[in-house]
Amino acid sequence: MAESVYLKLVGARLRGQMSYRTSFLLQCVAQAINQLAELAIILVLFNRVSALGGFSVAEVVLMYAIAGTAFGIADMVAGQLDELPTYIRTGTFDVLLLRPLGTLAQMMASDLHLRKVGRIVAGLVVLAYALSRNDIAWSAGTVALAVLAPVSGAVIFSSIWVTANAVCFWVVDGQELANTVTYGSNAFTSYPITVYGPWLRRFFAFVVPGAFVAYYPSLALLGRPDPLGGPALLGWISPLVAVAAAVVAGLVWRTAVRHYRGTGS
Amino acid sequence: MRAYVSLALAGFRRYSTYRQAMVAGMATNVAFGLLRMAVLVAAVGQAPIAGYDVAATTTYVWLGQGLMAVVVLWGDKQLADRVRSGDVVVDLYRPWHLQSALFAEDVGRAGYAVLVRLAPPVAFGAVFFPFRWPGFGTAPVFVISVALAVAVSFGMRFLLNATTFWLLDNRGVQALYTALTWLFCGLAVPLAFFPDWALPIVWSTPFAAMLQAPIDIFLERGSPWPLLAAQGFWALVVLAVGHLVLARAVRKVVVQGG
Amino acid sequence: MIEVRELRREFTVTTKVGRFRRERRVVRAVDDVGFEVAAGEAVGYVGPNGAGKSTTIKMLTGILVPTSGFVRVCGVDPARRRRELARRIGVVFGQRSQLWWDLPLRDSFELLRAVYRVPKADYASRLRECVDLLDLGPFLDTPVRQLSLGQRMRGEVVASLLHGPELLVLDEPTIGLDLESKERLREFLADLNRERGTTLLLTTHDLDDIERLCPRLVVIDRGTVLADGALDELRAEVAPERVLVVDLEKPAELVGLPGVRSSRVESNGLRHHLTFSRDTTAAKVISAVAAQAEVHDLAVVEPEIDDVVRRLYARR
Repeated sequence: MAESVYLKLVGARLRGQMSYRTSFLLQCVAQAINQLAELAIILVLFNRVSALGGFSVAEVVLMYAIAGTAFGIADMVAGQLDELPTYIRTGTFDVLLLRPLGTLAQMMASDLHLRKVGRIVAGLVVLAYALSRNDIAWSAGTVALAVLAPVSGAVIFSSIWVTANAVCFWVVDGQELANTVTYGSNAFTSYPITVYGPWLRRFFAFVVPGAFVAYYPSLALLGRPDPLGGPALLGWISPLVAVAAAVVAGLVWRTAVRHYRGTGS
Repeated sequence: MRAYVSLALAGFRRYSTYRQAMVAGMATNVAFGLLRMAVLVAAVGQAPIAGYDVAATTTYVWLGQGLMAVVVLWGDKQLADRVRSGDVVVDLYRPWHLQSALFAEDVGRAGYAVLVRLAPPVAFGAVFFPFRWPGFGTAPVFVISVALAVAVSFGMRFLLNATTFWLLDNRGVQALYTALTWLFCGLAVPLAFFPDWALPIVWSTPFAAMLQAPIDIFLERGSPWPLLAAQGFWALVVLAVGHLVLARAVRKVVVQGG
Repeated sequence: MIEVRELRREFTVTTKVGRFRRERRVVRAVDDVGFEVAAGEAVGYVGPNGAGKSTTIKMLTGILVPTSGFVRVCGVDPARRRRELARRIGVVFGQRSQLWWDLPLRDSFELLRAVYRVPKADYASRLRECVDLLDLGPFLDTPVRQLSLGQRMRGEVVASLLHGPELLVLDEPTIGLDLESKERLREFLADLNRERGTTLLLTTHDLDDIERLCPRLVVIDRGTVLADGALDELRAEVAPERVLVVDLEKPAELVGLPGVRSSRVESNGLRHHLTFSRDTTAAKVISAVAAQAEVHDLAVVEPEIDDVVRRLYARR
């Protein structure tokens, strides 16, 4: 019953966004171009080099495709959390609190960024291509991983989005810092983590669990050992990391909303 | 003219009030610079690409990080929002030329951005990483090139915003513009990295005049004059087209009453 | 219906001192507020800007948690049981919308039906009734962004009533509306209170709202309750004067008007501002004026609610 409410909210968004049809279609196209532009950049680089951080073009494209698809899904579901400062400033957040539903679910459902579909579709196309171009030992395990990796990645990205933006409940100008973490982790995860220096890697791979979005799952799919010496198991635990990240994000959001309402401050 | 100078100064002051946002913006800027630099250095570290060695690449990255806020590389919505809300009527009936007034304001904004957005990442890059400073003779040429880049960027954004006079919702056009800029202005990879067959194409867009041109002048990659000529050409074209479009838009607003 | 005792709410405000130092200060937005509203009442909650009205409303609706004190709305602690309370009360904010701006009104209503899980039959009958009374029929299929402010506000009120709340809280519902929209809305709300027994609590700056809707008034300023009682009583108590503005056909001097305490003359004797006390009526003053000169136009200016509050405050 409760789920159907959210479905209805999503459906309403669909109708609302479609009311400017040309603009909506253009935005979808722009999102797809955005996604493919990132691919183009990788191809341009590999036009001049044969390996990046010890990985071939097909391997890097695989990582990028998983990360790009995951980010596209997360951006669609959680991207409107970027609007949180506006919600707070204009009092729209208060309106959400006046309804008999959870605030996070309402924010996500009531302003779904459907135009991101363009990005997701482009990401999936590239992913299919990358999977076919790499030498993958297909088994039940790798098939499951190929499906689960973008989904877990999306959950991880969404959790990052929620956690980072919750800062805005405390710091009014926290938006830019939140963006550094959300969009920064997207930029980070599209390439093998071997290209980054130790500090960037520590932060974006493990504090923010970015390495579990694309890097480790790709290693497992490719059957390659981690050049950085991590155990092979890391490639298979992304779904668990995703669940953990979601739990943390949920707790952070709850604390943040309690702070906003003035409990215990 | 006096009025436009005041507008430029006001633009400078307006942006200087957002100090906290600026500090946060700087942190973001540095983080993205580090991420971009890591990928590119991983590529050129093996062997220089198209004349870019490690020092040229880090200079390219930090200069790009700084310039992208001076030469705004994404669409802005201020005018578009005013058109949609109808407030633009007020702007149109003021005793100024709207495009020139907004340009003056943008020049002020860019001047402020040079101080707080360009200088810090460049300083950061120069202190912590190999950095290639140009000769003294290049400095004034670089300044002119940045000014022309701002003019081209402003002209493009003005045109973009002006589409709102005809399209109620121009977000689609905005998004398309941002995607194209990002790919073709030379922010993600130096344009020189593109395959040889693509070079004539990527160099002939106005996007190249917005970022890659001043960077190449700073790095002293060949003669600056063809680059400046191309920038001047694009600045004239986009500003002139903007002027014509505005005239059409005014007639439309006057006839239809908004 | 509403029970509030010793309600307090503090905010920490950081202000800049000099260039870099910041000072943290605790501000009491609501300080020891107490009142009760019985079921079926209609109460105006008034006070100047920054008096603590909105903060109180936010605590009553569960958006904000009180720093201390006792609140019960519909027998429920709003802070602890926000979602349960949300199903039983309706809230209208004059300056923020609960409708989906790019959807037709009807779709927004449908969505809210789902959000509040209103049975189909109840929804249909309530919607029909509200739409008829507020004359919203022609706009049901218009996207909210294309509605005028008056139409939108009527939509907001309907939206907050679809789940049949026992209590309707309105924060500045008539702000910015044209006279006709105001009138229609007041009529509807008065009806709602009388016929359906829905309890009303509204904040407003418009004295006419109070006059038409609220037999009782709670006046708050600087976070505390200044007065609680009927409007006429309060007004008589502080006795602010009203002003009659008359435009004459020809310049004239007016003398010996009953109850007029002071007068101010403008436009070379064409316009007179006549301040008169409560012990006379506007009609008496007007007829006295008409006896002396030919009247072109006239208006009676009521004291602003802020004025009443200021006097109440000064009296303390």
